[in-house]
Amino acid sequence: MPATESAAPALTRRANVMERLAILADAAKYDASCASSGTTRRNSRDGKGLGSTTGMGICHAYAPDGRCISLLKLLLTNHCIFDCHYCVNRKSANGPRAAFTPDEVVELTLAFYRRNYIEGLFLSSGIRKSSSATMEQLIEVARKLRQEHGFAGYIHLKTIPEAEPELVARAGLWADRVSINVELPTDDGLFRLAPDKNAGQIADAMGQLADAITDARDAKRRFKSAPRFAPGGQSTQMIVGADAASDSQIITRAAGLYGDYGLRRVYYSAFSPIPQASAVLPLQRPPLMREHRLYQSDWLMRFYGYAPEEVRQAADESGMLPLEIDPKLAWALRFREQFPVDVNRAPKEMLLRVPGLGLRAVQAILNARRQRRLTLADVGRLTVSIKKLRPFLVTADWRPTALIDAADLRARLTPPPRQLELFA
Amino acid sequence: MITARQAVHEDFDGWREMARHLVAAGVAPDGVVWTDGDAPADLFATPDTPLPLASDAALHRVRANVGFLDLARSALMHRAPERLGLLYRLLWRMQRAPRLMQDAADADVRAAARLAQAVRRDIHKMRAFVRFRLIDARYVAWFEPDHAIERANARFFIDRFASQPWSILTPRLSLHWLEGRLMEGPPASPDDAAQDDPTEALWTSYYRAIFNPARLKTGAMLREMPRKYWHNLPEARAIPELIAGAQAREAAMIDASASSAAPPAPQTLDDLAQAVATCRRCPIGANGTRAVMGEGPADAALMIVGEQPGDHEERAGRPFVGPAGAVLNAALAQAGIDRAAARITNAVRHFKHTPSPKGRLHQTPSPAEIDHCRWWLEAERAMVRPRHILALGASAARAILGRTPNIMAERGQPIPLPDGATLWITAHPAHLLRLEGAARAAEQQRFADDLARVARGLGSTA
Repeated sequence: MPATESAAPALTRRANVMERLAILADAAKYDASCASSGTTRRNSRDGKGLGSTTGMGICHAYAPDGRCISLLKLLLTNHCIFDCHYCVNRKSANGPRAAFTPDEVVELTLAFYRRNYIEGLFLSSGIRKSSSATMEQLIEVARKLRQEHGFAGYIHLKTIPEAEPELVARAGLWADRVSINVELPTDDGLFRLAPDKNAGQIADAMGQLADAITDARDAKRRFKSAPRFAPGGQSTQMIVGADAASDSQIITRAAGLYGDYGLRRVYYSAFSPIPQASAVLPLQRPPLMREHRLYQSDWLMRFYGYAPEEVRQAADESGMLPLEIDPKLAWALRFREQFPVDVNRAPKEMLLRVPGLGLRAVQAILNARRQRRLTLADVGRLTVSIKKLRPFLVTADWRPTALIDAADLRARLTPPPRQLELFA
Repeated sequence: MITARQAVHEDFDGWREMARHLVAAGVAPDGVVWTDGDAPADLFATPDTPLPLASDAALHRVRANVGFLDLARSALMHRAPERLGLLYRLLWRMQRAPRLMQDAADADVRAAARLAQAVRRDIHKMRAFVRFRLIDARYVAWFEPDHAIERANARFFIDRFASQPWSILTPRLSLHWLEGRLMEGPPASPDDAAQDDPTEALWTSYYRAIFNPARLKTGAMLREMPRKYWHNLPEARAIPELIAGAQAREAAMIDASASSAAPPAPQTLDDLAQAVATCRRCPIGANGTRAVMGEGPADAALMIVGEQPGDHEERAGRPFVGPAGAVLNAALAQAGIDRAAARITNAVRHFKHTPSPKGRLHQTPSPAEIDHCRWWLEAERAMVRPRHILALGASAARAILGRTPNIMAERGQPIPLPDGATLWITAHPAHLLRLEGAARAAEQQRFADDLARVARGLGSTA
C-alpha cells in the first residue's frame, strides 16, 4: 500500500464530487447516531494498513446543531424505491438525487481519515433496484476498506432489513457496528407513515443480528481465530413526534428493544420538518427538549437502575415526561416519601436516585465516606451544585425539615426558561 | 529555604526523584520552593540551597500508591506552576494518611484531580482537533495545546498513522514521524503548515451538509469545540454563515407556518365542506376549480373513494356523476350495493386538468398532491368511521395506505387497517372506459367480482 494517497487530488477533480458529497451527506443527517466507541482496540503501529480504535469515541468536530461529528456519515445513493413519509429521500420527494460508487466512498473515507477529520465511516443508502442489491454495495465498501486498504478505523453499516439474511450476516464481518432503524415507536405509526416497511421484517432482522453477535462472542471466547462480528454491537433509531406515540409508549418500546435484542443504544431523533414534507406529517416539530428528556429516561434505565415502569411513573397522565424538569427529579418529587437519603449510610442504589447526583459523584461519595462522615460542604465539592440536592439529602450537618414536604418544591427546582425553548 | 527546579515541564521521573529525596529528608512542604526551568526564579534570592540527598533506607520508606502516581503523571503536564508544590504536598501528607487519595472531598486531592482532568481533556481535544494538510507528500499539522501534552500524545498518532509520514508542529516543539521513527524538533510557527490542501474544501462542504439547520444548538457546540480551536479547523470558517442561515430559515419557517398551517381539524362534515372549498394548500387547490365534497350518510358503513372530480363532477359539484359514475352505478347495482347508503368521496378534492381544444383533459394527481390532500380524507374518515372502504384505483388506494399499491396484485382481498376498518382495492371505473373488446369484457368481469366480494364483506358485518 502506498504511504500517501495518490487518489485524493484525483478525487477532488472528479466530476461534481463536491456536489454529490453535499447531497448525500445532507440526506444522511437525519440519522442521529455518530458513535465510534465500544468496539475492539486496534492499531496500525506496525506500519501496515491505516487507523486505530481506542475503545473511546472521538468527536472530531461539532456542528452548530450541537451534534458531534465523529464519522463520515453518507448515503451511497439517495435514490429510493420506498415511499416513507417522514423520509427526505422518499420516492415521491422532488429533491436532487445523486450516487457514489463504492470506490469513491472508499477514497473519500481514506482521504478524510488520513487528515484526522474522522474516526471512520457510517454508511447507509436509499434502496436502489432491490434491497439485496443495495446491501451488497454497502458491504463491498466495507470489504474494500478492510481488505484492500487494511483500514482499522470504525465502520458502521446501516443494514437494510428487507435484504436477504445472508447479506445482513456478512455486513457484521466487516463492520464494527450494524444498525436497523425501527423508525417509529408503534406498529400503527409504521403502517401509516412507512407503508413499504414491515414491522415483522424489521424485528426478524434485528433478531438475526442479535443472534449472530451473541454466537460470534461465544465463539471468540473459545477460539482465538473465530471471526469478529460487529464487535461494537447493534443500535437502532426511533423518530419522535412524527406520530402520536407518547413518551410512555416510547420508553416501553425502548425497554423491549434493549431486552429482546441486546441493543447497545437506542437513538431518539426529534422529527424535524423536512423539505417537501408530506401532509400526513405534523406541521410542527416536537420540542428538542422532548428528545433530550427521552435520552435522560434511557440513561435512567441503563445506568441508574430504574425499571421501565418506574421511568413511566415520572410521566403525567397522558404518558408524557415533563419538559421543564428532568425525569429523575420528576420521579423523586412524585415519591417524596423515599427521601431524604442519608449520604453517609444509604446504599448505592438509593444514592443514584437523588436528583443531581450523577454516577461519578455517587462513586466519589462511596469512596470518600469510608474516610470520614461527609458534610454538606463535602458533598458540594463532589458535585456540580448542591442547590438541587439539598431537599433530598441528609449529611452529618444537614437535614431538610420542611423542604421535602413543601408544596412549591417543584416550582423552586424548575430552572427558569431559556431563550432556546422559544424556538423549540 | 530549599529550591527544587523542574527542568523539563512534564518530566515525571525527574520530579519523582526530587520529591522522594525531599520527603525522605523530612523537608516539609513549606520548606521548599518549587519552580519551573533552569534559571533562578528570583534575581534577589540567595543562591539555591542544594537538594538534600537522602539515604537508600530512608528513600525506601517513602510511599506512594498507584492512584497518586497516575494522577501526578497527568497533573504534571498542566501549565500551572503551582502543580509542583501541590503534588509534593499530597505526597507529603500521604505518608501519614495512606488512603488520602480516596477522599475526593479533600481540597488538595480535588485541586490535583482538577489539574489532571484539564490535562486529559486537552489530550483528548488534541486527538480530535489536529488537522493534517498534505504538503509535499507529508501530513503536516499546526496545533496549540494548552498544556505540555505533545510527547504524551505522540503514541496515539503513531498507533493510528504509522503508515504515513507526519509532523505535528506546536509553539513548544515539533514531532516528526519519518520512516518509522519519531523525532523531535524545535518550536515551529503556523506558517510552516500554511499551504492549502484541496481536500479541506471537500471536508468543509461535508460539514455544511451534515449540519441540520432545523435544530440550532450553538451552546452545545461551543461547550465541546470552544472558539480557541477554531482558527486551526478548516471547517470552522463555515460556522458564522451556517448560524446566520439557520436563524433566517427559522424565521422564515415561523412566518410560513403562520400562513400555511393547517386549520384545526373540522368537527362536522359541513365544516369540512366549507374548509375544503377554500383550501389552497396545493397547486390543484389553487387552480380555480370548485372543490367537490363527499356525499352520502354521515354514518355510512361503506366509504367509496375515487381519485378526483372530473369535468362533469366539477360542474355539478358532486362526485361520480359523469360517464365513470354511470359505470360505477351499474356495477354497484349488479353487486347489490345501495349507492345511496354509501359515503362517496375522492382522494383529491379539486379537478387537476389541462386545457385542450376538446375541453378540459384529466391529469393524474402526483403522489405528493395525493399525500397533501390526504389530510381532508382522514378528517372525513374520522367522522364517518366506515367499517369498509372501497378504493377505486391506485390514487385512491394511496390516499388510504400512504403507498401506491400494485392494483393487480392487491385487488379484491380484504386489507385490515389500523383503525379496525377493512380496505378493498379495485380498478377505477374510468379505466374500463378506456379499454375495448375482450380486454374490456375481462376487466368488467374482474370489477364485478371485486364488488361482489365487498358486498359479501359488508353483509357479514352489517
